[in-house]
Amino acid sequence: MRYIEGFRNPEVAGAIRRRIDDLAAGLAGEGRVVNVMEVCGSHTMAIARYGIRDILPPGLSLISGPGCPVCVTPSGYIDAAMTLAERGAMVVTFGDMLPVPGSSATLAECRARGAAVEVGYSPMCAVDLARAHPDREVVFLAIGFETTIAPVLCLLEEAQRRGLKNLSLLTAFKLVPPALHALLGDPSVRIDAFLCPAHVSAIIGAEAYRPFAGRYRVPCVIAGFEPLDILYGLQGILEQIGRGEARVDNEYARVVTPEGNRTAQALMRKYLQPVDAVWRGIGVIPVSGLGLREEYAVYDAGPRFGLRIEAGSENPACSCGEVLKGKIRPPDCPLFGTACTPDHAVGPCMVSSEGTCSAYFKYVSVKGKA
Amino acid sequence: MKSDDALIQLGHGGGGLLSRELIRTEILSRFGAAALRGLPDAATLPWAGGRSLVFTTDGYVVQPLEFPGGNIGDLAVHGTVNDIAVSGGVPRWLSLSLILEEGLSRAVLGRVLDSVRRAADACAVQVVTGDTKVVGRGQCDGLYVTTSGVGELLDGFSLAIEKVRAGDRVLVSGPLGDHGMAVLAARRNIAIQNGPRSDTAPVHRLVLAVQPMAGHVRFMRDPTRGGLAAVLNELVEDRPVGILIRERQVPFSAGTRAVAELLGIDPLQVASEGRMILVCDPCAAEGILRVWRGMPEGSQAVELGEVTEMSGRVVLETCTGGRRLVDVPRGELLPRIC
Repeated sequence: MRYIEGFRNPEVAGAIRRRIDDLAAGLAGEGRVVNVMEVCGSHTMAIARYGIRDILPPGLSLISGPGCPVCVTPSGYIDAAMTLAERGAMVVTFGDMLPVPGSSATLAECRARGAAVEVGYSPMCAVDLARAHPDREVVFLAIGFETTIAPVLCLLEEAQRRGLKNLSLLTAFKLVPPALHALLGDPSVRIDAFLCPAHVSAIIGAEAYRPFAGRYRVPCVIAGFEPLDILYGLQGILEQIGRGEARVDNEYARVVTPEGNRTAQALMRKYLQPVDAVWRGIGVIPVSGLGLREEYAVYDAGPRFGLRIEAGSENPACSCGEVLKGKIRPPDCPLFGTACTPDHAVGPCMVSSEGTCSAYFKYVSVKGKA
Repeated sequence: MKSDDALIQLGHGGGGLLSRELIRTEILSRFGAAALRGLPDAATLPWAGGRSLVFTTDGYVVQPLEFPGGNIGDLAVHGTVNDIAVSGGVPRWLSLSLILEEGLSRAVLGRVLDSVRRAADACAVQVVTGDTKVVGRGQCDGLYVTTSGVGELLDGFSLAIEKVRAGDRVLVSGPLGDHGMAVLAARRNIAIQNGPRSDTAPVHRLVLAVQPMAGHVRFMRDPTRGGLAAVLNELVEDRPVGILIRERQVPFSAGTRAVAELLGIDPLQVASEGRMILVCDPCAAEGILRVWRGMPEGSQAVELGEVTEMSGRVVLETCTGGRRLVDVPRGELLPRIC
């Protein structure tokens, strides 16, 4: 913990803040307002939790991106998970998924009605459950970005090693770079720089962002999740913009390498193939997801149980899609804090632990900002 | 909010918003007219000779039954003693009701009851009545304990949430969240060196120690389920005051901080079972801290922050100098923590 405390040092934070203020003041003098998108939901949460928006100078604005895996998982997927649970399968999930509204109900409600919905802290919980209940079908809800995909595939390795016949995955894996391409190609969103994810980058490597700096001239800075990491990342972005540069800077070199985690990448290539994916609130983004290869179809809960993930339905008044694309801030949504609260969520961004609306609702309504 | 086919979810027991909604609609609507109004930790009831009794009850379903720093037995004594203490009472008598599951180890039961005995002796309370039931295998989980406690109201305290006003100071008697993190770490088999140990302990001596300054004390509470966040939010809910605390001041043990970090849990929302939060007039803060720091159970006492005029808001000043709200835990953060 002493190691971590070093990244929360108030004196250092104060020094970086002063540098950010100076840089932003310089840009503001030229009449420039800088929009930085923090792509990852963990950044969104950390920014809110450490009150970082509260201390940013005018002229520097942080907008939240689509990097919350639960938020972009379509309602039809949740419907399919509930169907499996109601048919008697034991459904294992990260706790985040429980309160997310599907088309008509949540997994939490499904569990309260008696279906077997188990919460695991690690995908390996599914292996333990499959071994403990050889007579039951155990289905792991395999959602997430690159960071989560590799550990879930380790589950598959373990299932094969142990010859488990009753374990499968309901997949809705997503990839970050295709989403960034889609955002930069959308003329209605103005993004001057990306604060790139920490742990996704540990898997895909810093090089993965090169096209954004090159083709779109958007500075990319990879930063960790501690408050000093984030402040230092913002300082790096302002320095690039001030000098008129667009580079990939890796401020999280203690974890992220240029090439990423080759073992994880090999595992992903072995089991998965690129697929078009539906992002809740956003729509289909071409080749932005990964699905199991044909030869592993036996572990694919969809075909295994003859289940199609339908489109599902979402409340048309929900603005989660606009929030995920960084077009509006949560308080701009007419439902925020009134019809949509953590206790009665209309959209996923309000209940996911990495959801932007959840971050605003929990942490931000200070100084009348929300 | 509630339809006729609504079911109890685990989150209804989490001590957060869902719990409060359940208690408001199901309990207060039926029993909330008299002493239950405002849901104090214990009821203060008029008694003969102008004296008042303090009366409380609590059920314990913690899993595992034994955890680093304690077991369900001492927890059941401390929890009830503390509810009386923070209501300004001196605990005197306890009831002890046990529900045992067929197949429970006699050795475990023996250790738990030894702990009840030791804890009761240390708190100078007597177990004076009780009940024992056995249910079939699978109909409870090992052992459930219920204790009720009766105490006498101490002279000088006149505690009321309405008396809390801007400028008052918020004090805590020691590091927060150790109980919740110790139980969770034990349950998840998170074996780390110097990991969290439950802080289960009585706080009644801390209350006795501030009796000479009782007139300056506005509010006391033990931050159990929902942790510091729940206590502070309850203090400001629907009231013209808020609270500002400073992250640098909030004490956590290294083990608790580490496990909370590992599991992504906000330790401000995690239960303690041997700490108290006290709100007092600013003139008394130094004196109370001095007295507490001279006692083993208060040696790490600190001032967390102060009461503000920001109506209904609990705000944390973080290490970046930025400010954010301190959120009320919602539902199922850690089921069966006590």
